[in-house]
Amino acid sequence: MRDLNEKDLRGKSLMRFASPQVFYPVAGRFAPWFAAVAAVLAVAGLYVGFFVAPTDFQQGEVYRVIFIHVPAAWMSMFVYLVMAFWSAVGLVLNTRLSFMMARALAPTGAMFCFVALWTGALWGKPTWGTYWVWDARLTSQLLLLFLYLGYIALTEAIEDSRRADRAGAILALVGAVNVPIIYFSVQWWNTLHQGASVSLTKAPSMATTMLAGMLLMALAAWAYTFATAFWRVRSLILERERHTDWVGAELERLGSR
Amino acid sequence: MLSAFAAVLRRDLTLAWRGRADVLVTLAFFVVVVCLFPFGVGAETNQLRAIGPGVLWVAALLSTLLSLHRLFAQDHADGTLEQLLLTPEPAALWVTAKIAAHWIVTGLPLVVAAPLLALLFDVEQEALGVLTLSLALGTPILALLGAVGAALTLGLRGGGVLLALLVLPLYVPVLIFGAGAVDAFLGGVGATAHLLLLGGGLLGALALAPFACAAALRIAVE
Amino acid sequence: MLEATELACLKGDRLLFRGLDLVLDAGGMLRVAGPNGVGKTSLLRILCGLALPEHGQVRWRGADIRREREAFHSALLYLGHAPALNDLLTPLENLRFALRAGGEAADDARCVEALGRIGLGAQIDLPARVLSQGQRRRVGLARLFVSAARPLWVLDEPFTALDTAAVADLAATLEAHCEAGGTVILTTHQDAPFRRAPQVLDLAEVAC
Repeated sequence: MRDLNEKDLRGKSLMRFASPQVFYPVAGRFAPWFAAVAAVLAVAGLYVGFFVAPTDFQQGEVYRVIFIHVPAAWMSMFVYLVMAFWSAVGLVLNTRLSFMMARALAPTGAMFCFVALWTGALWGKPTWGTYWVWDARLTSQLLLLFLYLGYIALTEAIEDSRRADRAGAILALVGAVNVPIIYFSVQWWNTLHQGASVSLTKAPSMATTMLAGMLLMALAAWAYTFATAFWRVRSLILERERHTDWVGAELERLGSR
Repeated sequence: MLSAFAAVLRRDLTLAWRGRADVLVTLAFFVVVVCLFPFGVGAETNQLRAIGPGVLWVAALLSTLLSLHRLFAQDHADGTLEQLLLTPEPAALWVTAKIAAHWIVTGLPLVVAAPLLALLFDVEQEALGVLTLSLALGTPILALLGAVGAALTLGLRGGGVLLALLVLPLYVPVLIFGAGAVDAFLGGVGATAHLLLLGGGLLGALALAPFACAAALRIAVE
Repeated sequence: MLEATELACLKGDRLLFRGLDLVLDAGGMLRVAGPNGVGKTSLLRILCGLALPEHGQVRWRGADIRREREAFHSALLYLGHAPALNDLLTPLENLRFALRAGGEAADDARCVEALGRIGLGAQIDLPARVLSQGQRRRVGLARLFVSAARPLWVLDEPFTALDTAAVADLAATLEAHCEAGGTVILTTHQDAPFRRAPQVLDLAEVAC
């Protein structure tokens, strides 16, 4: 199959990057940098969180789990919105790369969701005595995980990649519209059924160092997301474009290394 | 303009009548699921009364889920869906007709049966009206949202379970407000807010779901 | 009337064909030819607007079919592989529904006459599941007699499972439609008895 020719590659500078062939090397160049930044920020953030930030008056050392829990929860939400954004772009502009980006982001978002739930449970046990509490935030987080799993399951179940991309895009958009509704309804449900005043959102009041720690971890998570998404998108590109000449040459190059 | 809507509605109701055994199965499933709970949680009257509305709602939700595969499967298999997608009328209209016919045939019986089954749980008499109304408002929302899921998973292997995974998180708000309406009424707070939210949700779903569904159908048929 | 420029078709991740151009005027009949799997059905579906091409545009009377969807679909009659027949309904009910769903008036007398003409006069009130394969395909073809007003007919393997007399009748109908100013696009593996040979588009030439 013929590759892009010069006519395709000229034209509006940003739209060039909508071509998988052009984006592939760009992603390859940037991903290792993002990974390095993520590693550095994570080390810094964990250091601040576990050694520099003061011990909490009420919760002791256990509270330090929020340095992982809160950034993971933020990222899980943010990544879903980015996924929905790329899905919308793909449906409107009919660019394959946008769909591939959305699919590359999903597993990372699901991972953050899972980490947020797990660290929430780890925080809950020593603090409140149970591993799980049907608190509004955790419950919404759980439902968000199901939305991610649904997206991944749907896109993996459809063999035709174009149908998979577009169906997943619709699902992501429907999910994005429903996320505020779900959050609101779970909030409502939680306050009405509230027995004990257990809430994992009652983080200790923030000293500046604590905020700094969380910010560092959030930025680390963000850089990590970029790195993994770029790496995943590269393999998606190779897979989708496997019938083209440039991929053939690339695979040979990778094989001979 | 509405000829496709009327034609599809009439045809789907005719087909449901001619294949009515299928339809009764959904209702039977509803009854069976509701009857399972006392075996699981014990037959203590106060406990059953407390969980009654929730059980009825969950059972209605599961029954709706199970019946969704019938919505587009036959038309997809025999080629009618393609012809419908080629009609000059807006797809959202005839999609709404299909969902409406589907709800009349599978959802409405649940709404009618629910107050009777509520007696098995000794739910207070005054609450039966609210229960029925909440289901009458909520089951169409379930049908509309479920239709989008059915369209997305059309023709896939393992479609039924996948459909459930996709659609259940979206069903949670409906369940919360539906079952919550009865509890609020019984708790003296009044169910107006819940029912208004359900009504609003129904209007929103009516406005948006047919478009998402039509888009998903076009993608599935490509 | 119908124009396609630079069409490219993607199936799965493979490109089936690219750079396909075609122009079809009123009164023209086009036969899409090629071996199995080359993309004939995919092309027909792209021309109908059921599938999106990877690249390129289809225009009906100068307007992009995606923009003027309503006008295009009012002018189009597509008969695909599947006969769009529901087993629980009778042929008459199926035909009536097909017309109404397409936005046309369904005159009962004309429907009965059309079904009689394709040889299903005796089976009008039987549920479609008792019909044979050939009879089922013919119910779809009955639409051609009732929807003659639609200018563009796109038919995928219309001659399949028809006996010689039916094939001749169908060929005559298609030619009459073209003579009246309509347009026909079809795929077929059989040698149909057309008086004038149709234009041929051989997909093997643009295949990748």
